[in-house]
Amino acid sequence: MKSGNDILVVEDLKKYFPVKTKGKQELFVKAIDGVSFSLKPGETLGLVGESGSGKSTVAYDVVGMYSPTSGSIRFKGREIGMLLRERPLPLKKEIQIVFQDPGTSLNPKRTVYKILELPLRIHKICEPKDYVKYVARLMDLVELPYEYMFKYPSALGGGERQMVAIARALATNPQLIVLDEPTSALDVSVQAKIINTLLRLQKEMNLSYLFITHDLSLMRNVASRVAIMYLGKIAEIAPTEDFFRSPRHPYTKMLLSSIPVVSPEEEKYRPERIESRGEIPSPVNVPAGCSFNTRCPFAMERCLKEDPVPVALDAEGLHMARCHLLEMRG
Amino acid sequence: METHIKEQDNRVVDVKNLFISFRTFKGYTKVLNGVNLHVRRKEKIAIVGETGCGKTTTVYAIAQILAKQARVDGGEIFFKGRDSLRMNEKELKQLRASGISVIFQDPIASLNPVFTIGDQMAEVIRYSGIEGARDPRVQRERTVAALRETSLPDPERLMENYPFQLSGGMRQRICIAMSLATPRDLVIADEPTTNLDVTIQDQVLKILRQRVEEKQSALILITHSLGVAREVADRIYVMYAGNMVETAGAEELFRECLHPYSRGLMSCIPKLSGGGIASGIPGHLPSYYAPPPGCRFEPRCPHAMPRCKQAMPPMYEAAPGHCVACYLYERGTSA
Repeated sequence: MKSGNDILVVEDLKKYFPVKTKGKQELFVKAIDGVSFSLKPGETLGLVGESGSGKSTVAYDVVGMYSPTSGSIRFKGREIGMLLRERPLPLKKEIQIVFQDPGTSLNPKRTVYKILELPLRIHKICEPKDYVKYVARLMDLVELPYEYMFKYPSALGGGERQMVAIARALATNPQLIVLDEPTSALDVSVQAKIINTLLRLQKEMNLSYLFITHDLSLMRNVASRVAIMYLGKIAEIAPTEDFFRSPRHPYTKMLLSSIPVVSPEEEKYRPERIESRGEIPSPVNVPAGCSFNTRCPFAMERCLKEDPVPVALDAEGLHMARCHLLEMRG
Repeated sequence: METHIKEQDNRVVDVKNLFISFRTFKGYTKVLNGVNLHVRRKEKIAIVGETGCGKTTTVYAIAQILAKQARVDGGEIFFKGRDSLRMNEKELKQLRASGISVIFQDPIASLNPVFTIGDQMAEVIRYSGIEGARDPRVQRERTVAALRETSLPDPERLMENYPFQLSGGMRQRICIAMSLATPRDLVIADEPTTNLDVTIQDQVLKILRQRVEEKQSALILITHSLGVAREVADRIYVMYAGNMVETAGAEELFRECLHPYSRGLMSCIPKLSGGGIASGIPGHLPSYYAPPPGCRFEPRCPHAMPRCKQAMPPMYEAAPGHCVACYLYERGTSA
């Protein structure tokens, strides 16, 4: 993986959470176990996975809610693997997050104006007399009417609340926004509006998005690159076009063939039907070898013992997958 | 609506012009606005719509498990030819014990946390009225068989487990096993896979479809996902703000949906084949306190005409078996 103008570089990131010990041996939830990726300015990386795959932990590590167990996270060349309270203020300004549920991420006791004013105050974005003007500008960005300034989050619909959360993230002029399933609690017609707003803002402000989701069909339409996570590791990562044209990892194929689609054209994107079976194992008890071996229809003896390393599947090394089958094919 | 009259006898459920409102602090919310729906024997239908459109209210009315605040303002619900709105307590008990079973969205809330899976399944069988229902041995046999048929591994051990010891997908499969442990005329599945991951959803839907077919029950599946409806249902109803706005066979609907709302909804779905997402449907669901007197979609509709404001359009049959509640299709699809 080349870095140069990459805005965010994550290398061999690990995050273990200790869980209650049984006997002497201490147990860990290996939420992330060696994840590497990078993000260019103006790019969207879709981080896709089932629940328990560690995708949100990656997001929280990047914004500083957790500090990594090992590995590095570099933002514009600077190491940022420290906890949030140790991060310098200017750095916090650059990286913002939008959470899944705006019902709990917005303070119910504050009006929309108060919510949007707080980051301006903390980061000294503008003079106090200009707060109103600035808040109005933020509301313009997400196309909310000005009278909403005096409403409380409880008076807004789910989609509008999420727009407020997005406006709050934009208040500090960040370069990187982590989107942690921003639309999975919303209806599709509302989702469509939010996604279109996010795409427009990205173009206007050259934002980079780290988009966490479980929805592959959404990523097809939003992301420039897609990474599939399984049990704390990236199973496959590729540019979107390439990813959907020729998925290589058995897990990716299983995911793609499980998606309910609405048209025959889409069915062509699920060419080899891989029957979904089994469930994602507990991250406390990760299977030895390749972590997917319990569900993989192609599992071989080698998969039970050896964890595969990422294999580059194209000349530039943009399409990578971790599977012994692909190693053999070269 | 008049199209299937000859098949009337085959209808397990027939909802006619149902109006339901809910009492709130601010008055009554008029939620269901003349719902018509029917399910034939062995038929699998899906009701698709967004949050708050009244899908759950419709099926809760069918199962007669509406909240106390609900008031039926008009209409009829026939279950196997009998009006279930006029049933007494004993008949209703019978209806729920052996007629209809419901699979809810959240299995952790619908399973009792302090009883084992085996106990809970035995209870369902005990009240079902099948032969030997009160015999613990029969209950056990039935339970094991039901769990096995739902492809759950190691049923004997599973029966000793409590719900919290199982994963989300397993719990939902238990609910499916439970709802089909004894013969049922109708199974209602209310967003059964919304909380599940896509690979697990695939497994659960497959089992649900398979089991309903084996047991020759009818199925009403509620979902907000058109894709899920397409996987499971023979026929689909699209619901908006308390009205069925369109119904058609699954294949027909996905070939061409007609109602402006269905079209808007379809264009919002992110497709695996790419091509971007439409900009959404402008506006909001109308307030149920004072809904528009005419078509409830009129305020958001790109094709709204003056007459749409006056009266709710009836169902027009635009193509055989494809009905749309929209004045655009008064003269079939040619309009």
